[in-house]
Amino acid sequence: MAPRKKQAPIRVLIAKPGLDGHDRGAKVVARALRDAGMEVIYAGLRQTPEAIVRAAMEEDVDLIGVSILSGAHMALVPRILTLLREERGGRIPVFLGGIIPDEDARRLRKLGVREIFGPGASLEEIVTSARRLAGRAS
Amino acid sequence: MSPAPRLPPAARALRAGDRRVLARLITETENDLPRARAVLRAIYPLTGRARIVGLTGPLGVGKSSLINALLLHLRQRGRRVAVVAVDPSSPFSGGSVLGDRIRFDTASEDPHVYVRSMASRGHTGGLARTTREVVRLLEAAGFDLVLVETVGSGQVDVEVREIATTSVVVLVPHLGDEVQTLKAGLFEIADVFCVNKADLPGADRARRDLSELAALGAPASGWRPPVVATSTSDGTGIPELWEAIEAHERYLDESGRRLAEERRRLTNEVVTLAEERFRTHLARDRSLARRIAPVLARRIDPETAARRWWAEIQRRR
Ligand SMILES: Nc1nc2c(ncn2[C@@H]2O[C@H](COP(=O)(O)OP(=O)(O)OP(=O)(O)O)[C@@H](O)[C@H]2O)c(=O)[nH]1
Ligand SMILES: [Mg+2]
Repeated sequence: MAPRKKQAPIRVLIAKPGLDGHDRGAKVVARALRDAGMEVIYAGLRQTPEAIVRAAMEEDVDLIGVSILSGAHMALVPRILTLLREERGGRIPVFLGGIIPDEDARRLRKLGVREIFGPGASLEEIVTSARRLAGRAS
Repeated sequence: MSPAPRLPPAARALRAGDRRVLARLITETENDLPRARAVLRAIYPLTGRARIVGLTGPLGVGKSSLINALLLHLRQRGRRVAVVAVDPSSPFSGGSVLGDRIRFDTASEDPHVYVRSMASRGHTGGLARTTREVVRLLEAAGFDLVLVETVGSGQVDVEVREIATTSVVVLVPHLGDEVQTLKAGLFEIADVFCVNKADLPGADRARRDLSELAALGAPASGWRPPVVATSTSDGTGIPELWEAIEAHERYLDESGRRLAEERRRLTNEVVTLAEERFRTHLARDRSLARRIAPVLARRIDPETAARRWWAEIQRRR
């Protein structure tokens, strides 16, 4: 087989757990990551933490992006992190998008969330840190 | 009978059902990494018995929704099922948004289902270049039934015939004109036709039209592709679709076509792989510039240059 010279693309899971109805923001981020050359598994709306972690394992992603606007981040994100830890060797970095109060943000970072993007974050910023978190900074 | 001792450790973990290893080996296969190559070589003798059902058809006809419905149906019957869903890569960035998974609401703890999304990475024909090998990994991991969803471009994804034991062509009502343009390819590919979205008006008509076409086009092989109407919205026709797929699998066994089809697929695979190597070899040949010069100067035509080159290669052997 002809060896591929190009570097393997980064695989990233984008999920939007919780009950709030729209995923425009998550889709915009998914497309920006695609345009940066990544393979984005788009898991869609209303995923449970269990389904997100399962998808991440099956898809062997380098990175998970979670978008939450419903305010349910303190219920959902720690659960995702716990489940990821329970998976053998599951050390997939997680970043978060949404409106997260400072106090919550501090606690979530402590629990292991690697990056948090508020509504003002630029797509460029998100792409750059996605590369860095996946270990492919350039 | 047990080749287990000679399997590399990763292949043994794969056989033992380690899903992390399976997931990682799929990635390594997509990226042509050496460990996956070795595993694929080692497990090849263990493969070839799985039922591989390809679902192809134009954009948005409901391929993923049908797979979801089939998963439910099959799980109720205790079958283990793996799914590979292929989506296109952007020709500009090489990136991709893989969105089929949205439609699959597999129970998140069901160990008997495995779903994997693949980007086509520039490969044409509706699959990725390594989809076939990914299916072999899944089979070696114990999935004796694999559903494969093709890209679903405007055309018919003919390559599905190169991996599927049964190919299902999915269409929707009011695809009249499209069916005309697809026709040529359609009947070469379809073992089963599915008219999905049968809850929409025009489904009966579409089914009749297709049945007539299928009867006309019925090849000498003795299998006439059945036409099944389905609706994933209300579950209509899903058992019938599965029954049609199984009927085709039975036909393959009873008619002896299974072996003939596998021979055809493997012949194509080996020729294609040899071709890839040959092409790389030719493109790197140091005589290339010397051969092109007279063609560029319009002294000999490309066909003559190629013929002479080929003659020299044959003499050298
Ligand atoms: N009315 C109706 N709509 C359906 C049916 N099955 C699927 N759909 C809808 O059709 C749209 C596309 O469904 P998908 O399952 O994503 O189709 P697909 O062929 O996998 O699409 P691509 O992978 O993008 O080519 C969705 O909005 C579904 O809800 C059906 O039986 N009836
Ligand atoms: Mg689909």
